[in-house]
Amino acid sequence: MPETVIRLADRAAMPRVAVHLGEVSIAYTLKGGGRYEAVAPSNLWVSEGEFVSLVGPTGCGKSTLLNAAAGLIKPSSGSVEIFGQPLSGINAQSGYLFQQDALMPWKTALDNVAIGLEVAGTRRRDALETGRALLKQVGLKSFADRYPHQLSGGQRKRVALAQMLARKPKILLMDEPFGPLDAQTRIIMGDLLLSLWQQDRKALMFVTHDLEEAIALSDRVVVMSSGPSSQLIGDFRIDLPRPRNIADIRTEPRFHALHREIWNTLKLEVQKAYDLGEGKDA
Amino acid sequence: MNRTRLLALQILVAVLAFAFWHVVTTTALIGDPKKMQFFFSTPIDVLSRCFHDLMGGEIWHHLAITLTETFLAFVIGAGGGIVIGFWFARQELLAAVFDPYVKAINALPRVVLAPIFALWFGLGIWSKVALGVTLVFFIVFFNVYQGVKEVSPVVLSNARMLGMNERQLMRHVYWPSALSWMFSSLHTSVGFALVGAVVGEYLGSSAGLGYKIQEAEGVFDVTGVFSGMLILTVVVIAVDGLVTLIERRLLVWRPGQVTQTAQG
Repeated sequence: MPETVIRLADRAAMPRVAVHLGEVSIAYTLKGGGRYEAVAPSNLWVSEGEFVSLVGPTGCGKSTLLNAAAGLIKPSSGSVEIFGQPLSGINAQSGYLFQQDALMPWKTALDNVAIGLEVAGTRRRDALETGRALLKQVGLKSFADRYPHQLSGGQRKRVALAQMLARKPKILLMDEPFGPLDAQTRIIMGDLLLSLWQQDRKALMFVTHDLEEAIALSDRVVVMSSGPSSQLIGDFRIDLPRPRNIADIRTEPRFHALHREIWNTLKLEVQKAYDLGEGKDA
Repeated sequence: MNRTRLLALQILVAVLAFAFWHVVTTTALIGDPKKMQFFFSTPIDVLSRCFHDLMGGEIWHHLAITLTETFLAFVIGAGGGIVIGFWFARQELLAAVFDPYVKAINALPRVVLAPIFALWFGLGIWSKVALGVTLVFFIVFFNVYQGVKEVSPVVLSNARMLGMNERQLMRHVYWPSALSWMFSSLHTSVGFALVGAVVGEYLGSSAGLGYKIQEAEGVFDVTGVFSGMLILTVVVIAVDGLVTLIERRLLVWRPGQVTQTAQG
């Protein structure tokens, strides 16, 4: 693809592209024999140091696209490139924060955080030391020996965050990570995420259906249309100053202007998805 | 409910049962005491027989044999169940091909195998071990198989994203999950190992608790049968208590296992 080559050359002086989805589409073969296209060919760039949110109505395939970047699913067509290299198999340079509980229930909080380093060959003592430091950073210093079931939902999410960061991934992928949490905890977790991200600004791809959350956190918000055959239909730059405070930033006029602008694009899709769902039920 | 009160009530049930037994077999309440004693013995006779047996050395020898058989049946059956369960769970085709045969063998009442095992392995401990193995194997096999199959896909994806290769997934994800399923069936499988041993002894042997009970029965020694049963019951309760201790230690990470005591 000569076009891509030129683009990359142009960007030599600019931050490198960390994730590039080129004409990526995802389709499934249905049991009956038909074909269901979840995501139509889409292009998406996430640069180094950039926080990009992907928003869209439920079931539009945002998580599917994220999983393609993670290497958890293989796209039906198109290419996934990580720092310019085509991805095959699991994306080893990325960390992934899941919506559901993904900690190993048979390991303590500390062992869960350290395991990523241990399997990479770090000595157990060093891995545990790093793990302790990370647990301290997410505010769980005294919970190291607890098992996941002994922690609250928010605490488990903090452990998962520390677990992901332990391997120092160059790219962070997050799939509605704060979805299951209550409103207050979400704000606190959002601030924690921003403060951690601020330290070394990795490329971050964040999937959410909450537009306010997306604007408060991101540098760019990408809007996806409702499925099937979802497409990326809008790309908005969020020019709010950093460092940000999530609770405060929601009261700023610029936040509201951005929200109105993006919502105008998003609401049609949400309505479409809603109508489709209603139609199915009827 | 208060713990001591509960314990007192539980003991009361045993005392009442023994008292009822005593009254029925020593008075003419239901029938002729002589006749009643022939069929049911009396609690005092049974307890004193137990005491005498335990004081004399012979019963310990039989007990040791039965426990050895139980232990071997459990170890071999569980070991086989873990290996085959793991293997089948990771090889879809293998599991599918053997599925009807596994079901067929499991459907077979294992007691009918006892004479065959006696023929193959003789009247010593190994025919009893074999019977116990056929019982334990399937329980462990099904649980390990299920444990590997039921690993949460999210936990698995997360482990992959954390950089685990197949071998590491085995060790850190599949293995603990399979073990937790196996341990949750530990009471059943240890119990079945003991059942295999005792039933095997009962059907043909020259030593063990099952043999002792069968021997007493052969001469209409009801007191001997009941005292044998009583000793067996106490042993089973002791073994079960041991299993509970092991389980508590190994499944500490499970919701509802030790949480109540862990919070101080």
